[in-house]
Amino acid sequence: MIKMQLTTEEKEFLDGKHGHAAQKSMEILAALGEIYSAENLIPVKSAQVAGVSYHNLGDAGLEYLEELALDGKVSIKTTLNPAGMDLIDWKKLGISKEFAEKQIKVINAFKKLGVETTATCTPYLIGNKPKQGDHIAWSESSAVCFANSVLGARTNREGGPSALAAAITGKTPLYGMHLEKNRQAQVTIVINAKIGTLDDFSALGYAIGKKIENKIPYITGLKNANTDQLKIFSASIATYGGTAIFHMDGITPNKTIIPKEKVEIHDTDIANAKKALTDNCTVDFVALGCPHASLRELKEISDMLEGKKVKITTWISTARKTKQEAEKLGILKTIEDSGTFVAADTCMAVAPLKGRFKCMATNSAKACFYAHGSNNFKTKLGSTKTCIDCAVDGKWN
Amino acid sequence: MELTARIISKGTATGNLLVSRDAISFYGGVDPDTGVVVEKGHSLEGKTIAGKVLVFPKGKGSTVGSYTLYRLKKNKVAPLAIINKETEAIVAVGAIISDIPAIDKLEKDVYKNLKTGKIVTVDGNKGVLILK
Repeated sequence: MIKMQLTTEEKEFLDGKHGHAAQKSMEILAALGEIYSAENLIPVKSAQVAGVSYHNLGDAGLEYLEELALDGKVSIKTTLNPAGMDLIDWKKLGISKEFAEKQIKVINAFKKLGVETTATCTPYLIGNKPKQGDHIAWSESSAVCFANSVLGARTNREGGPSALAAAITGKTPLYGMHLEKNRQAQVTIVINAKIGTLDDFSALGYAIGKKIENKIPYITGLKNANTDQLKIFSASIATYGGTAIFHMDGITPNKTIIPKEKVEIHDTDIANAKKALTDNCTVDFVALGCPHASLRELKEISDMLEGKKVKITTWISTARKTKQEAEKLGILKTIEDSGTFVAADTCMAVAPLKGRFKCMATNSAKACFYAHGSNNFKTKLGSTKTCIDCAVDGKWN
Repeated sequence: MELTARIISKGTATGNLLVSRDAISFYGGVDPDTGVVVEKGHSLEGKTIAGKVLVFPKGKGSTVGSYTLYRLKKNKVAPLAIINKETEAIVAVGAIISDIPAIDKLEKDVYKNLKTGKIVTVDGNKGVLILK
């Protein structure tokens, strides 16, 4: 029944000659290839696997991973999305022992599969950085958007199991974002607004995401954007627009046609986006690092916090490797001396935080989405400085 | 009567139909412990999908939904089989990892005849739906 062209080796995978995990993986890829009319499978250079927090997986998800790990091994470079807790300092974050034990089991299953347990949504900051034109199989919508748009790599928006299937077989069906014709812009976005701080880029991703209705945007009018700004913008537009790729005039590397259809973004659109993500509430949680904070962001936050104490519970989430670099540079100590937690391996979106806080301040529109949807928090969106000032002053200004 | 369909996930099952007009988000939309649909305003809100041959247009929402199908199966409250108009990736992956037979792309007119309560057989090996 499978119409896709499979090689002898791929057929052997499907027939179970390479074990159970490889068979399940090939079944997943063959079904996806069928659904999206792919002609064949292609090799991929790396995988990024989501579905790591025990909070989302539950016992059944854990069981699935342990079953795969019985005879499965990844065949390409494979990194991992954030877990539900800091894998070392989980106690400091108020995580229960029961949760921690299960979470460690999940991590051990991934280890057994040969996955690098990086536990970050920013693999491209810590050594899994694809080159332009590389075919990859990534889950984590913000990393997918960043990899396609900013790095010029090629990946569909994979789910956890399909990314893992690609990691095990080293293959993915050839469709969607792997094909040049599907990566072309469909609408031009003209920015006539002042965009500078990270919350501006968050609001811009929200505003564009809500307007484009699944179309690929070609964005003009921004003079420049650094990695941190593109990182938070990718997260926001992927969350609110389901966007897998965007083009930015003079900033991103992919070639594209320039669509005639134009949509303008004004200062009022940015203000309205911020208003939509800012509720009337008293902040009791400040959370930065969605996506995971870079070393540059940690340095900036450390400068703001030097010699100060926070009055509100404050988390900065980051990759373990970035945290270690910050420690070497003395940045980590300055931040922690203020009473702020630097949470590695996890974030406010996947940790089990429901019921612990009511109103979260952040610079990330994506963090706002998960705060509302998964944790039932109210939110306030502001710049990094506004958020840190709030943590120190004990109130939002 | 045997009707041809596209195979999404292998296996066979016979049971009562439960028909949903709306797309289903398994993550957040279905309680993984009970199989009860909890999405507000959903046409199946409050009903259980456990042990049914579940008919719905397609999946929606977070890709974590694939694991929710697996949780439903392990908790013995999964649907017996799935019939979609057009299956997307979340449901396809979820059905495959959970060993739930699934088919889609029946001829248009067929869906009108699928009524809640009717007994059918889904054959995900041959790609057919058998109406009694």
